[in-house]
Amino acid sequence: MAKKTVPSEFIIERDDEKCITCQVCCRMCSNDVHTYDPELDEVNSDSTKCVGCHFCEMLCPTGAITVKRNPSEFKINANWTARVINDITKQAETGGVLLTGMGCDRPYPIYWDHILLNASQVTNPSIDPLREPMELRTYLGRKPDRIELESSDDGPGIKTQLGTQLKLETPILFSAMSYGSISLNACISLARAATEAGTLYNTGEGGLHRDLYKYGQNTIVQVASGRFGVHKEYLEAGAAIEIKIGQGAKPGIGGHLPGEKVSEEISQTRMIPEGTDALSPAPHHDIYSIEDLRQLIFALKEATRYRKPVGVKIAAVHNVAPIASGIVRAGADFVAIDGIRGGTGAAPTVIRDNVGIPIELAIAAVDSRLREEGIRNQASIIAGGGFRNSSDVIKAIALGADAVYIATAALVAMGCHVCQKCYTGKCNWGIATQDPYLTKRLNPEIGTRRLVNLLRAWSLEIKEMLGGMGINAIESLRGNREQLRGVGLTDTDLKLLGIKPAGEAW
Amino acid sequence: MKRIYIREEYCMGCRLCEIHCLVQHSKSREIIKAYKGEYPKPQPRLIVEEKGYLSFALQCRHCEDAPCLEACITGAMYRDRETGAVLCDEDRCVGCWMCIMVCPFGVISRNLEGKKVASKCDLCMGEETPVCVRNCPNEAIVYEEKT
Repeated sequence: MAKKTVPSEFIIERDDEKCITCQVCCRMCSNDVHTYDPELDEVNSDSTKCVGCHFCEMLCPTGAITVKRNPSEFKINANWTARVINDITKQAETGGVLLTGMGCDRPYPIYWDHILLNASQVTNPSIDPLREPMELRTYLGRKPDRIELESSDDGPGIKTQLGTQLKLETPILFSAMSYGSISLNACISLARAATEAGTLYNTGEGGLHRDLYKYGQNTIVQVASGRFGVHKEYLEAGAAIEIKIGQGAKPGIGGHLPGEKVSEEISQTRMIPEGTDALSPAPHHDIYSIEDLRQLIFALKEATRYRKPVGVKIAAVHNVAPIASGIVRAGADFVAIDGIRGGTGAAPTVIRDNVGIPIELAIAAVDSRLREEGIRNQASIIAGGGFRNSSDVIKAIALGADAVYIATAALVAMGCHVCQKCYTGKCNWGIATQDPYLTKRLNPEIGTRRLVNLLRAWSLEIKEMLGGMGINAIESLRGNREQLRGVGLTDTDLKLLGIKPAGEAW
Repeated sequence: MKRIYIREEYCMGCRLCEIHCLVQHSKSREIIKAYKGEYPKPQPRLIVEEKGYLSFALQCRHCEDAPCLEACITGAMYRDRETGAVLCDEDRCVGCWMCIMVCPFGVISRNLEGKKVASKCDLCMGEETPVCVRNCPNEAIVYEEKT
C-alpha cells in the first residue's frame, strides 16, 4: 500500500476579495501554513500543517482568514470514528506513542453541568454584594482541633498556636505550570497576576527563575520527582511547598522536557546541563509508602523551620479518598487533587484520555472521607482539573474544596486556544514554547492584566451567587452540599457526590 | 511631549503597524481599498527593523534637535508649535532629500506616490493615538509622555 496520510484537521478559507497580501499570516504562523508567492502576488495556505490555534485569524487585519474544521468525513461508523482511524494511521506510520497537550477532551460526563445552586426566596433574605460586604478571603493550611482563648489586660486573645496559613483574597489559585513547559513570559504573567490579585501561583517542577524570586510571597514552590531546581533558597523563596506525586492529565506517568527546550536559562533554573532532556521519573524514588511521604514532608518542613505549609498534589484516581487520608495523616497541610480533565504540556493521549476520575467525584469522596475520620480540619483541599468558570469554582467549594486551582483557564486568558499542541514547542501564542521568536509574543503586562481581570470577574460572579444564596462569606459555603442539587444524575452519582436530586427539599 | 516608545522585547514582527500606517496615510483610509484600489500604492511612514528574532517598529523620533530641520533648504520641515512634532509641509518640499541624508534614524523616505516629497511620521495628527500604537497587538510600541 502506498503511504497513507491523515487528512488535515482544519481547512483554511481565505477570502481573496479581502486578502490584501500583507503577509502577516505568513510571518506569524510557526507551523509555516501560509506562504507568499511573489510571482502571482498571492498568499497560499497549506491546511495540512494547520493546528487550529487561530493566531492568523486573530491577526489578519481584514478578516480574510477563517479556520474551519475539515468537513471531509469517513463513512459513518459509531465504532470506527475519524479519530480512531486517524490515530491508527498515525501509529502505523510512526510506530510511536501518540502525544498530546492540555486536558482530556473526551465526552465523559461533566458533573458541574448536572449540579445546580440554590438561592434565597422569601424565607431567608438574599444579600446584594454591591451594597453589603462579601467575604471571599480564604486561609489554606492546617487548622487546630480546637481554639483556646485567653484574656489578658490587652483584651481577649487566641491561646492556641495556629500553623502557618496561606491567605488568599479569592479561593482561586494558579495551578502548577513549570518554566520549560511554558515560557518565562507566561510564568511572569502568572506571578504578577497572583501578586496583584492576592492569591498564589505554582512553579511546577521546573524550579524558580531568578527573576521570579521577588514574587515569592505569592508562590507555591513545587518539589516533584525530578527534583529540578530544588535547593534551600528555592524552598525558602515560596509561601508554601507542594510535593507533586501526580497530575490529572497523566496519573502514574512522569514527565519529559525535550532537550531542545532546555535553553541556558532553563538549564540554570532546573540545574541540569543545557540541551539535555529533563526526565521526571513516574514515582518519587524515595517515596514508596505513606511513611516515606511523611519523611519528605517533614524533611521539607525541617528545612524551612516549620514556617511554610507543605502540601501534596495527587491525581484523582480510584482510591483517591484513602490516599488523601494517608497524606493528611502524613502531615500535609494541604492536599491538591487534580481531576482527569487537568491539563499538561505533554502526555500520551491514551493516558490523558483514559486514566483518572473526574474532579467532582474526587472532591466529594475526599471531603467525606476526611470528615468521617475527623481529620478534615488538619488539611485544606485544593481541587484542580478543568475548572471553566466561576460556577464550577463555587460548586467545588460547596462540595467540599477549600480552594480551586486553575491553569487551562489561565492559559486561555493569556491567549491559548486549546489546540492541544503544547508538546510541539511551536505555540504561536508564545505560551508553551521556548523559541525566542515566539516567547516574545506574550507581553507579560498584557498577560498579567488579563489574568487579573479573569480572577476579578470570577470573584465578582462568586459574590453574586453567594449573595443569592443569602451567604456573605465563602467560608459558610465550604462543604455546604445542601446548597447543591443534582439534575440528570443516577442515584449512585448523587450518593457519591453527597447531594440531593433537584426537586427534593432540605 | 508625548512620544512613541519602542519595546523591542515584545515586537513579534507582524508588521501590522506598517499596514495600518499605510492605510492611515492613504486617500481612502480603508484598508482593502488602500491596498487594492489606490495607485500609486500608498506607503507606510514607519519601518520595521528585523535581525533574527529581534525586531521593532521605527518611526520619526521627533528629535529635540532635529537635524532635518536644519538641513531643510526650503523650510518645509518644521516643528509643530502645539505638539512639538516634526512635520513636513509638502507644499514647500522640493524633494532635495537633504533630510533623508541627515536623519540619524533613517526614518524619512521618498514619497513615491505623486509629487516628489519627503515622507515621514506625522504622529497621525488628529488622532488621539497614532494608528501604529493603537493597532499593535502586543503593545510593543506605546505612546506616552515620559519625564
